[in-house]
Amino acid sequence: MVGRTKAEISEANRRRYQELRAAGQESTPKALPQATALDGAPIAPEAVISRENVPLGWYDTVRLRRGEALRIVDPRGLSSVSVIGWCEHDPSERINCADTAKVQWSATLFKGRVILSDMGRVFLSLIEDTSGAHDLLVGGSTPASTLAAFGETTRNTHENFLLAAAKLGLGLRDIPPSVTFFAPVSLDAAGRFVWNAARKRPGDFVDLRAEANLVLVLSNCPHPLDPARPAAGGPVTLVRYRAPPAASDDPCRTTSSEIARAFQFTDRLYA
Amino acid sequence: MSNQPNPDPSDAVYSHEVPAERPWSRILKRGQTLRIVDIEGQQAVDALLYCAEDPAERYSAQDTLRVQGSAYVELGTRLISNKDRLMARITADTCGRHDTSAGCCSCESNAVRFGESTKYQHACRENFILELSRYGLAKRDIVANLNFFMNVPIEPSGNFTVVDGISTGGNHVDITAEMDVIFVISNCPQVNNPCNGFNPTPVRVIIWDQPAA
Repeated sequence: MVGRTKAEISEANRRRYQELRAAGQESTPKALPQATALDGAPIAPEAVISRENVPLGWYDTVRLRRGEALRIVDPRGLSSVSVIGWCEHDPSERINCADTAKVQWSATLFKGRVILSDMGRVFLSLIEDTSGAHDLLVGGSTPASTLAAFGETTRNTHENFLLAAAKLGLGLRDIPPSVTFFAPVSLDAAGRFVWNAARKRPGDFVDLRAEANLVLVLSNCPHPLDPARPAAGGPVTLVRYRAPPAASDDPCRTTSSEIARAFQFTDRLYA
Repeated sequence: MSNQPNPDPSDAVYSHEVPAERPWSRILKRGQTLRIVDIEGQQAVDALLYCAEDPAERYSAQDTLRVQGSAYVELGTRLISNKDRLMARITADTCGRHDTSAGCCSCESNAVRFGESTKYQHACRENFILELSRYGLAKRDIVANLNFFMNVPIEPSGNFTVVDGISTGGNHVDITAEMDVIFVISNCPQVNNPCNGFNPTPVRVIIWDQPAA
């Protein structure tokens, strides 16, 4: 560092940024695993810890130990599931949608991607995913969004999160932006949000492996951009299970230099 | 873009230069307009808003984008709280593109993104924690923020990239408060990506009692 001028440092930083971007947007996506088949990845019965059906409009709170996984199933292909989560020993460390997108150079999530916390650590790995159509940008429904959509205030994700948080001694200040699974939101060239209904299929599922000890809240409410009137949806199934241990060549751990570092920092927490 | 005439600077009730890399905050009363001037160009300004009466109510990036139906902050954008209420509006903008999806930099995310050698560099999250502490707020109160003058195009493919800022020296954005808000800024210290042209610079904040036009 010593002896370099400010301009030289800036130039070196720009070069590093361009290299990381090329890796993140050109090589990494090509190396990601294929989506899971709808009839793929059966869970061994002895690995199942618990199973829950969450009715339309409701929520569940799930504690996941590091190494456990949660399968979220949308049996009818009509539901969306919004998720927030905290580090079990420090709820100020949360799922961070912005860092999740920024670090992976993409606002999309699919098999092989991870969900990061605000502390540079990996919270969840998408070890299986049939869908690849999830939302990091728009978030869940609110009282006002349901009133605008359905002419009445219905059960909604914002209030579900508040209820779940309250039962943990947390409140409005602790509710971060949410990830919504099975919410096929993309952008058009003008930056407007588009809902891609054809990307939802009955039986879609995603498996989230916990890389830290976590408390997750899952809300089964129609996504605010879902155009179905009246609201569509149905129960979703949550299966908590013991995931196979992550090998050193685990696809979620090795997608990029950034993610390898995020796993290193996470592992240190438990070393 | 705004075609509104510039207000008379002598009518301003407050004017202050925020040094490069530093935080700033002030209560913005309902009806007051805050102008942020990107003095030298390509300077990202990270911002958070809290309801002054009850700071548990705060700016919500996702609710703002949902109400707007599109992904960027620009002239006319209504800044929505986590209680579905209008907090402020963008009432002038000579830059044309601001972000609210990329969050703020932190020592921890810098170490992930750019390597452990960048861990001990000043970051927006450090600014926010210190500035928020003046109001009894803490790390748990940091939510997804606004990034004025920061250019983060999101492609139809989902590609998400902080690219060179399009803001040139003297560009400004005006935010008019619709409720009394605590307005918190981190003048972004990031030197590892193009949000500040790899060279953080000062910005000016000016407050008028009325909207600029």
